Amino acid sequence: MKRLQLARDADFETWRGLARAALAEGIAPDQIEWMSPDAAQADLFSSEPEAQEREAPTAPCATPVGHVSKPGLALLHTILRYHDPQRFALAYRLLWRLQTEPALLAIATDPDMREAARMTQQIRRDMHKMKAFVRFREATQPDSDGRRHFIAWFEPENYILESVAPFFAERFSDMDWMILTPIGSILFEKGKLICDRSPCAAPDLKDDVETLWHSYYQSIFNPARIKTKAMRSEMPTKYWKNLPETRLIPQMLADAENRVAAMVARQNDGRAPAFHERHQAEWREKEAQEEARGVALNGLPALSRALESCQRCDLCRYATQSVPGIGPDHAPLMLVGEQPGDQEDLQGKPFVGPAGQVLDRVLSAVGIERSEVYLTNAVKHFKFVSKGRRRIHQTPGRTEIVACSPWLDQEIRLVQPKLIVTLGATALQAVEGRVSRLGALRGHVRDGSATRPPSLATIHPSYLLRLPEPLRAQEEEQRFMQELSAARDWLAEH
Amino acid sequence: MKKTLAARLEILSDAAKYDASCASSGVSSKKKAGEEGLGSKASNGICHAYTPDGRCISLLKILMTNFCIYDCAYCINRSSSKIERTRFSVEEIIWITLEFYRRNYIEGLFLSSGVIRSSDYTMEEMVRVARELRLKHHFHGYIHLKTIPDAAPHLIEEAGLYADRLSINVEMPTDAGLAAYAPEKDAGHIRQSMGALRLKIEESGDRSLSGRKPRRFAPGGQSTQMIIGADRSTDRDILRSSAALYSGYALRRVYYSAFSPIPDASMALPAQSPPLVREHRLYQADWMVRFYGFSFEEIVAQREDGMLDLELDPKLAWALQNRALFPVDLNRASREMLLRVPGLGPRSVGALLSARRHCAIRLEDVERLKVSLRKVRPFIVTSDWNPARLIDRDNLAAAFRPQPQQLRLL
Repeated sequence: MKRLQLARDADFETWRGLARAALAEGIAPDQIEWMSPDAAQADLFSSEPEAQEREAPTAPCATPVGHVSKPGLALLHTILRYHDPQRFALAYRLLWRLQTEPALLAIATDPDMREAARMTQQIRRDMHKMKAFVRFREATQPDSDGRRHFIAWFEPENYILESVAPFFAERFSDMDWMILTPIGSILFEKGKLICDRSPCAAPDLKDDVETLWHSYYQSIFNPARIKTKAMRSEMPTKYWKNLPETRLIPQMLADAENRVAAMVARQNDGRAPAFHERHQAEWREKEAQEEARGVALNGLPALSRALESCQRCDLCRYATQSVPGIGPDHAPLMLVGEQPGDQEDLQGKPFVGPAGQVLDRVLSAVGIERSEVYLTNAVKHFKFVSKGRRRIHQTPGRTEIVACSPWLDQEIRLVQPKLIVTLGATALQAVEGRVSRLGALRGHVRDGSATRPPSLATIHPSYLLRLPEPLRAQEEEQRFMQELSAARDWLAEH
Repeated sequence: MKKTLAARLEILSDAAKYDASCASSGVSSKKKAGEEGLGSKASNGICHAYTPDGRCISLLKILMTNFCIYDCAYCINRSSSKIERTRFSVEEIIWITLEFYRRNYIEGLFLSSGVIRSSDYTMEEMVRVARELRLKHHFHGYIHLKTIPDAAPHLIEEAGLYADRLSINVEMPTDAGLAAYAPEKDAGHIRQSMGALRLKIEESGDRSLSGRKPRRFAPGGQSTQMIIGADRSTDRDILRSSAALYSGYALRRVYYSAFSPIPDASMALPAQSPPLVREHRLYQADWMVRFYGFSFEEIVAQREDGMLDLELDPKLAWALQNRALFPVDLNRASREMLLRVPGLGPRSVGALLSARRHCAIRLEDVERLKVSLRKVRPFIVTSDWNPARLIDRDNLAAAFRPQPQQLRLL
C-alpha cells in the first residue's frame, strides 16, 4: 500500500504531480491511500516511527504521463475543487480507468462517474450560490478618481474562488472590491484581479443602503402565499448567517396570517377615491368619441371596423386579429384567397406571408398591378393548431366559411368588381356557395349571377410552396400565370 | 408631505409583487474588451434571495407609480381602490437600481407602472429610465420593462433597444374574463401588441442581406402573465390560451399567478383564493410542454371537468391514463418516449441514452441517476426488471396519491 500525502486544500497542479508519479509506476488505485491530515494529525503522524521508516515521500512528476481526453481533463480539474479530500482518490481512480476505458465519461450510471457528477453538481451549485449570495458593503469614501470600495464576506464550501473570480471582475469592473472568505480572498483593484488562498477573518462593516434593501425584501413578500419549503430548498439555511435579510424572516412569517386576515376583512366598501370618477368620465367620453367615429364611417372602412369585433365563429378566440381585404374601392379585379396565415394574422394585412410573395411575383410577371387589385380572403381569421412554438395552418371548415360569408358578400357588393378570381378550393366554395371540384372548373371565366360578377377559379399560391418537386412546381407556376393572364385579358376586353 | 424614499419603496414594491415574473434569463452578453460600466448578464439568470412565499428575488421589481387610470377589478392599483398612492422619479429608480446592483442584491430592474395621464406618457417615462441606465450610467445589467399595449410604436421600438425583455400581461385566460374584469382593456389589442413584439424580436434576430447586424430589440424575448382563479376558466381554457400564446407570439414564458387577496379588494372578486397547488400543477403542465414534448391538449384530454388533478403531478397522471404505452424499455425506447416516463427528466434521459450505447441499463443504474425508483418502476423495463402486471393494477394510481389523513377529533 502506497501512502500519498496532500494538504487538504491542495489544488489540481499539486495533485497532478503525485498522480503522474503514481501512474508512471503503474500503481493501481486500490494500492494507494491518499492522506490529507489536519495540521494536528500531521504531527501525530510524523511522530510515528514506523511511518517515517517505511518510505521516502513520493516526488511529484512534472512531465505528462498517460493520456486523458480534453473533457476528461476538465472533469478532473472540476472535482479537484471539491472540499472533501476523498476527491484525490476519486480523481486518481478516474485517471487510472480512463487509460483503459475511453468510453467511461459517457457512462453516467457508473459508480465513479456518478460520484464525480455529484461533486461537480455541488461545486456548480456552490459557485452559483456564491454569485447569488455575496453581499457587498461599501467600505470607505471613494478614491480621488471616483472609484468606490466594497467588501464582502462569504463562506464557500468548495475551492471555487479562482473559478468565480472572473464573474465578479466582469460584473463589478467599475469599482474596487474584496471578497473575503475562510479559505482565501479575491481582490479587485483598479482593474487588477488577485486571488489568494490565505484564510481571512470576517470584517465588521455597516452599510445604510442595506436598510432600504430590507424594506424591499419585506414589501415584495406576499403574506398570502407561504411556501417556506420552496424558499429553503433554494436558499438553504446554511447560507443565512451571511444574508442579513434572512433575519427578518421569522417576523415576516409571524405577521403573515394577521396581514392576510386584515386584507380579507377590509374589502372595498364601494366608495372610491375622488379621481376614480374623473377617470371613469374620461373613459366614457373616449368611448363615446370612438363610437361616433365608427358611426361616421361608411363603405369599406366601416366594414373593416365592424369586422374587428366579429365573433361569428370560434376562430376569434385565439387569432390575433381579423384581417380585412385591402385595395381600391372599385377595383375591377378582386382576388379571394383562403384565410390569413401566420404573418397575415400578426400584421393584419392579407397576402404578406410566403404565399403572398409568390402571388406578388406572379402578378408582376403577368403585368397586374397589385395596388389596383382588391385582395381579400374567404375567412377573415387565422385557423391554426398550436404545435409547440409554431402555429400550423388548418383549412377552414364549412362552418367557418359559412359564418364568414356575409363579410365577403358585403365586400363584393361594395367593391363591385368586374371579375373575381378565386384562389384555391376554399375561395371557390365561399364565392360560389357550393363544393365544386377545382380541377374541373379552373382556368376560364364563368358567368356570374344576379348577386355576383363573373369569376375565374385557380389555385392558391401556397399550393406552389407545398410541391416538393421543383420541376412540377415550375409547371404549376406557369399554369397559374396563364390563368391569371386569362383574367387580365378578359378584363381588357370587358 | 412627501414620503421618504424608503416609504415609497415599500408602497411601490408591495404593489409590484403580483407580477410573478422575476426572471433574468435568456440573455448573455460579454462586455467587449475595454468596454466600461457596471454589470453583466448571466444566461441562466441568478436569484439573489428568496422570500418566504417561495418566490425569488432576481430583479428589483417596482412600479414607477401606483396611480392608474384603469379600473381592473383584480388589480391592487385600480383607480377605484383606496390604497395609498405615490410615485418615483426617474432619477430615484435609477439610483436604487444601481446601488442595489453594486451590493449584489439584484440582477437588474423589472419596471412596471400604473398608467398615468396617457399610455404614451407612462411608456415614455419608463423608457427614459432604461435609456439613462444604459447611456448615462453604462449599466449592463438586466432590464425588463412592462409594455403599455397602446403606447406609440416608436416608444416600443426604443424600449426594445434598451430592455432585455418586454412583457405585456394577457391578465385573464379568456377574452370574456378580461372583458368582465377589465372593462377598459381589450384582449384583441393585447394580442396585437404581442404580435407586433414578436415581429420586431424576430426581425432583430435576422441578419439582413448585407450581413449588417439589425437593431437590437429585446434579446431576452417577451413573456406574459395570467391570473388564475379570479374567473371561472378551467385549466383546459388556461392551457389552450397558453398553447396559442406560445405558438403565436414566441413567448419565452407564460406565468400563472394564483389570484391572491389584495388590500381594499373589489367586491367583484371571489372571496376565496384558489389553492396554490393549482398554480403549481399549471406550471408543471407548462414545463411538460416546453421540455418533454407534450401538447397542452393531451395533458387535459382525459379530464372530464377540464381541471388538472390536484393530487398527482400531471406527467404521472398522464402516464396512468395512458398505460397502454407503458412499460417503456429503457434500453430501447426513443428519447421522445423516455421523456414521457414519470420520474425521468431531460438530464436523466440524456444520461441513459449516452450510457446505454456502452452497457445494458439495470435498475441500480437508474437509481444511481437519482431517479425515484418508487415512481419510475411501474413504467419501465430494464435488463433486470419488468413490472409485469404492476402497470395493469387498478390501484396503481392510489399508490401515488397522498395517503388520506385521519381527521383529528379535537
